[in-house]
Amino acid sequence: MSSPVPLELADAALAYGPRTVWSGLDLVVGRGEFLTVLGPNGSGKTSLLRAVLGTQPLSAGTLHVLGRPPRRGGRTVGYVPQQRLVDPVTPVRARDLVRMGIDGDRWGVGGRRHRARVDELLAAVGATAYADVPLGLLSGGEQQRVRIAQALGSDPALLLCDEPLLSLDLARQEEVVGLIDATRRRTGTAVVFVTHEINPVLPVTDRVLYLAPAGHAVGTPDEVLTTEHLSALYGTRVDVLRAQGRVVIVGGDEHAHHLEEEVA
Amino acid sequence: MTEDVWSRLFSFEDYGALLGLVTNSLVAGAVLGLVGGLVGVFVMQRDMAFAVHGISELSFAGAAAALLVGADVVLGSVVGSVVAALLIGLLGTRARDRNSIIGVLMPFGLGLGVLFLALYPGRAANKFGLLTGQIVAVDDTRLGVMLALSAVVVAALVVVWRPLTFASVDPDVAAARGVPVRALSLVFMVLLGLAVAMAVQVVGALLVLSLLITPAAAASRVSASPIAVPVLSVTFAVTSAVGGILLALGGSVPISPYVTTISFVIYLVCLALGRRRTRRGWVRRA
Repeated sequence: MSSPVPLELADAALAYGPRTVWSGLDLVVGRGEFLTVLGPNGSGKTSLLRAVLGTQPLSAGTLHVLGRPPRRGGRTVGYVPQQRLVDPVTPVRARDLVRMGIDGDRWGVGGRRHRARVDELLAAVGATAYADVPLGLLSGGEQQRVRIAQALGSDPALLLCDEPLLSLDLARQEEVVGLIDATRRRTGTAVVFVTHEINPVLPVTDRVLYLAPAGHAVGTPDEVLTTEHLSALYGTRVDVLRAQGRVVIVGGDEHAHHLEEEVA
Repeated sequence: MTEDVWSRLFSFEDYGALLGLVTNSLVAGAVLGLVGGLVGVFVMQRDMAFAVHGISELSFAGAAAALLVGADVVLGSVVGSVVAALLIGLLGTRARDRNSIIGVLMPFGLGLGVLFLALYPGRAANKFGLLTGQIVAVDDTRLGVMLALSAVVVAALVVVWRPLTFASVDPDVAAARGVPVRALSLVFMVLLGLAVAMAVQVVGALLVLSLLITPAAAASRVSASPIAVPVLSVTFAVTSAVGGILLALGGSVPISPYVTTISFVIYLVCLALGRRRTRRGWVRRA
């Protein structure tokens, strides 16, 4: 028998009351794979992450992380959130945030253990120079590096990234994506990367999961991101344009917006 | 005239004899410094300064109600502040909700307190003391209650220290890692309520912030270390409380101006030191 895969969903569905967000989702994310999750607002990208974290139960089907049902607070899943403004006087240094990723969920005050491990994690993301700087004094890109180190603290088999590039400039976006890519190649951690903007992650994406109002699609970017495919997913004309290795999707988000208004 | 004011503020005649009378207050002040300094660290992390003020007004209402009906004043202020803390914790999960709820509760509490005091027929000094602090009010029984409350608060803080820090600083990731963020928030509100009720006994409802916020705010200006900040915060709070009582001893004005002034001066010094440090980029970067 082969070793369990980082993430496996079979005929999975998620609903809030009568509203089904997605259904019939079959997906296997292998070791070291980079899966990019795309889709308009309200298509259930964040709900998918919650389901994997075990904070949102599926309404049908199964979900397994390393062959087991998701467990709240499991150490096999790392989580990188959006960059958030931190008050400059919040008394937390980069190294303290990383340390929380290792043992922040345990009771008690904790001692001086893990110092070497924290240094190692900070070095791996190139954040050694600002290990002792308060988080609020770091730039957005530096903060995201520290967050990646934090998420790797529990040696996760799966790294969930929830719009980690939001509010970063282009150069910082490239840096953060490069770092996540290098990490998954080095550690074999699978990556599920939720974003509304494909282009920064296009060069490193193995497969795309596109969640849309009228269904979903899984495949390589070239397979999924086509005019026919997305038009079918949205149930209306959506154009996919390609220029110099970049992808532009025209029409999708606007249509989704109208749909929501009609429902409301 | 000037000399007159001066001697009302500072007088050290018969100081030794007076000191004997306030031993209980000094112990209470030191313990309060310890509790306030520790709780303050989390108040800063959770950005809850306004909540502390709101809770202290309801604590004052509880104490005034107890005074009126002849019940124990400490008990009254504990009930008032824990109820207020839980209400704020349950109704205001998001910062914006929380602030409007505090804004609604606070004047109501203060109004109730004023009503109870107006109805109370006893000595005016008792009334004023609840708002601005009193120095000789700590008898052996009350000191015992305060020590027991402090022990509970400090012990509970030690147990929840790591997950509470995680949940305060980084709630999204903490929740993803299975930290019970919401439950910890309510536990912290109860501990905060107890700390406020104790502080009301010494510095009075209006100036609780000087022991629960100012020391931690000062500490986090000069350090971000998870060990140095609580240690400095406790040191500053104990210095303010005990120093304030010692200075107030000879004068004939209430204790709180001394406590608040010491704690404010410490803050100003830390602010200046912190500015210099921030300008230099905090640490030397390689």
